[in-house]
Amino acid sequence: MTTRIRLCHLYPDQLNIYADRGNIAVFRSRAERRGCELEVVGVGVGEALAPECDLIYLGGGQDREQALIAPDFAKRHDEISAALEDGAALLAVCGGYQLLGRGYRDRTGVEMPGAEILPLETVAGEGRMIGDVSIECELDPGELLTVVGFENHGGRTLLDPGAVPLGRVVHGFGNDGESGFEGCRLGKAIGTYLHGPLLPRNPWLADWLLGQALARTLGEPPELETLDDELEYQAHAVALGRARERGGKFR
Amino acid sequence: MRIPLLISTLIARAAGAVSRLSGKGGGTTLPGRVLNALDASASARLACRIKQGSAIISATNGKTTSAAMAAAILAPRYRLAGNPAGANLSSGVATALLHTRGTDLGLFEVDEAALPRVAEALQPRVLCLGNLFRDQLDRYGELEMLAERWRGVVAGLAPESALIVNEDDPQLAQLARGREGVIRFGIEDTRLGGPLPHAADARYCSNCGVAYDYQLAYVGHLGVYSCPGCGFSRSKPDIWADGITLEGLAGSSFRLHLPQETLTVRLGLPGLYNVYNSLAAAALAQALGARPAEIANGLESTAAAFGRSERIEIGEKELLLLLIKNPTGANEVVRTIVAAGTPKTMVIALNDGIADGQDVSWIWDVDFEPLLGELERLIASGGRAAELALRFKYAGFPESQIELLRSTTEALDRGLELTEEKGELVVCPTYTAMLELQNLLAERGHADPYWQRAARAREESGQTRKPK
Repeated sequence: MTTRIRLCHLYPDQLNIYADRGNIAVFRSRAERRGCELEVVGVGVGEALAPECDLIYLGGGQDREQALIAPDFAKRHDEISAALEDGAALLAVCGGYQLLGRGYRDRTGVEMPGAEILPLETVAGEGRMIGDVSIECELDPGELLTVVGFENHGGRTLLDPGAVPLGRVVHGFGNDGESGFEGCRLGKAIGTYLHGPLLPRNPWLADWLLGQALARTLGEPPELETLDDELEYQAHAVALGRARERGGKFR
Repeated sequence: MRIPLLISTLIARAAGAVSRLSGKGGGTTLPGRVLNALDASASARLACRIKQGSAIISATNGKTTSAAMAAAILAPRYRLAGNPAGANLSSGVATALLHTRGTDLGLFEVDEAALPRVAEALQPRVLCLGNLFRDQLDRYGELEMLAERWRGVVAGLAPESALIVNEDDPQLAQLARGREGVIRFGIEDTRLGGPLPHAADARYCSNCGVAYDYQLAYVGHLGVYSCPGCGFSRSKPDIWADGITLEGLAGSSFRLHLPQETLTVRLGLPGLYNVYNSLAAAALAQALGARPAEIANGLESTAAAFGRSERIEIGEKELLLLLIKNPTGANEVVRTIVAAGTPKTMVIALNDGIADGQDVSWIWDVDFEPLLGELERLIASGGRAAELALRFKYAGFPESQIELLRSTTEALDRGLELTEEKGELVVCPTYTAMLELQNLLAERGHADPYWQRAARAREESGQTRKPK
C-alpha cells in the first residue's frame, strides 16, 4: 500500500473557524494507524496547489476571512479541476463548501465569485440556520451511512437540477432548510455544512475519503484495517440524539 | 396602559421569592425577566434612581472577575449595586436593579451580546470594554457582527461618559478611535509575549483587511500589532502593567502604572489574563475617582470569582475549579495549570447547553496538548464527554488513560478517589457543568449555594443594604 497521502489544506490561516484542525488530526491519526504517512501542505493566497495531491481540504471562515480569500479561490477552477481529474479527493466544510459553487450572493445582491467546481450556488437568506444535524448518505451504492454534525450558516445553497447531494436531511436544516438535501457530492469531492468538527464523530466518512485519496495512486480504494472506534461511536450516538431532540426543522 | 413601576417591581420581586423558596435557584434572573416582560422601560427607569449613575464592564473573558475587582476597589467609596453572581444578560441586570435602594453607584458586568440593550437602558457614565474573542458562535453569530454592535454602543455613548478600552485588542482600539478622552490600558512586558496562537481571532485589520503584523501576543490576539496596509497600530496605553512575575496558581505580581503614580500589586489570582482583568478594573475605578492606594488594596484583596480558579475544601482534600468556556480562555487555563505543574489526574466536564454553547467544536481549537506530557488520567465528563475524550485521543493521549463518566457527580467522586490525602483535584468545567458541581457541593455541605456566596460577598464589600 502507498505509504503517503499528500493533503493540501487551502487557506489554513483564514478558513479555520470551526475547529478545522480537528478534521486534519483525524485524517492524520487514522492514516498513521494504517501505516500511512499524512503530509499536510498549507496553501495560502497566491500559492499553487502542491503536485501529486491526493486530498484537498477547505474549512470554514467568518465573512471577512472568506471575502479575503474569495478572489484568489475563484481563480483556482482549472487547478482544482485538474487535481480532481488526476484522482484527488476533496472535503470542503461550510464556507469552503459555498465557495466551491458558482458563488455567494449577499443580501444586497453583491456576488462573491466561487471556483465553480460543484454545481450549485448560494444566496444569503433571512436568519441563520443553526443547530445539530443528522443526514443519511449513500457514499457507496447500497450502503446507507448516518453522518452527524452542527450547522451554522446564513446562506441557502441551491443545487443545480441533477446535482447529487451528500445526503438527505433527517434532522436539521441542510442546504436551504427546504429541499431536504444536505451538501453536495461530485465523484470524490464532498462539500457540506456539517462541522463539529465533522470527522471525529463520523469516522466512516474520514475512512471513505482516505480510501479515495489512496485510490489516486492505487487505482481503487484499498481495504482499510478496522480501528477501535468505541469512543467515536459514543460521540456519534450523543450527537445523533442532539439532532433528534433539537435539530432545526426543514419544511 | 403602562403598569406603574411600583406594581411591576413588586410582582417581579415576588417571582424571585417564589424561585428561591422552590429551591430552583437564587432568583438571579427570573425577577428581571418578569420585570422586562411587564414593562420594557422599567430597567431604564430603575437605573435613573441610582444616585451617581452606573458603570459597565463587558468582555468575552474576565468580566465577572474584573467586576469583582472593581467592586473591591470601589466598596470603600460607594455603596454599590450590581450583579456579582454573574447573571449578566438583560434579565440579570434588571433583577439587580430591583435591589438598588440605598446604593449610590451601579457596577454591572454585561454579556457582550446584551451590551447594546443594557447600555441603552443604563446610559452608563463609564463603559469598560475588555476583549472580544471567538465564543459560542452558535449563539452570538460571527465575531465581526458583535464588533459592529459594539461600534453602535460606542457611537451612542454620551460624550461626557468615559470609554475605557483594552488597547492590546485591535478590534477595541479601532472602535475607540476618533473619540475624545478614551482611556486605554494594556500590557507593556515583552518578555511575556509569544507568537499569535492557533485560535487567534483578530488577524486582519478591520479597516482595510490586511493581516496585522504582530510583534507579539500576550493572550489570544491581545498584543502588540500594527497594520502594514493602513498604518493603524497600537498606541501607548494610559494605564499599563510591566515587571510581571507569574507565580503559577498562586497568583502574580506586577507594576501598575497609573497616571498619578506607579505601584506594585501582588495579585492572588493566577495567569496573565488576570493581569488584564486588573488593568480593566483599575482603569474603571480610576475613572470613578479611586486613589492609587485604593486600587492596589482592592486588587490585592480580590478573591476568585465564582468558579474562576476557586478553591473549595472537601475534607482533607481541596478542589480547584477552573471554568473553561472558549478557546482563548481555556488556553489560558491550560497555560496556568502547566506553569504550576500539571497534575496527574484532571476532570474536564463538557456540557452543551445554551450557556455552554451547543456547538462543541471549540474544544478542538483549545491547545490541550501542553497537558499531555504529565497528565496520567483524564476523567472526561459532562453531556459531551465522549467528544472531549476524542479531542484528547486525537491529540495522542492514550485511550486507556481516559475514563468516561458523563455524570459530573460520578466524575467528581472518582477524581477525589484518585486524589491523594491533602492533595488537590483540578476540575475544569464548562458553565452549566460548573453550576451542577456547585449545586452538588452545596447539597453536600462543602460550600454554600453560589447565590448566597455572591450575595454575601456583595454585603461584605458594602454593595447593598443588608436585606431585612
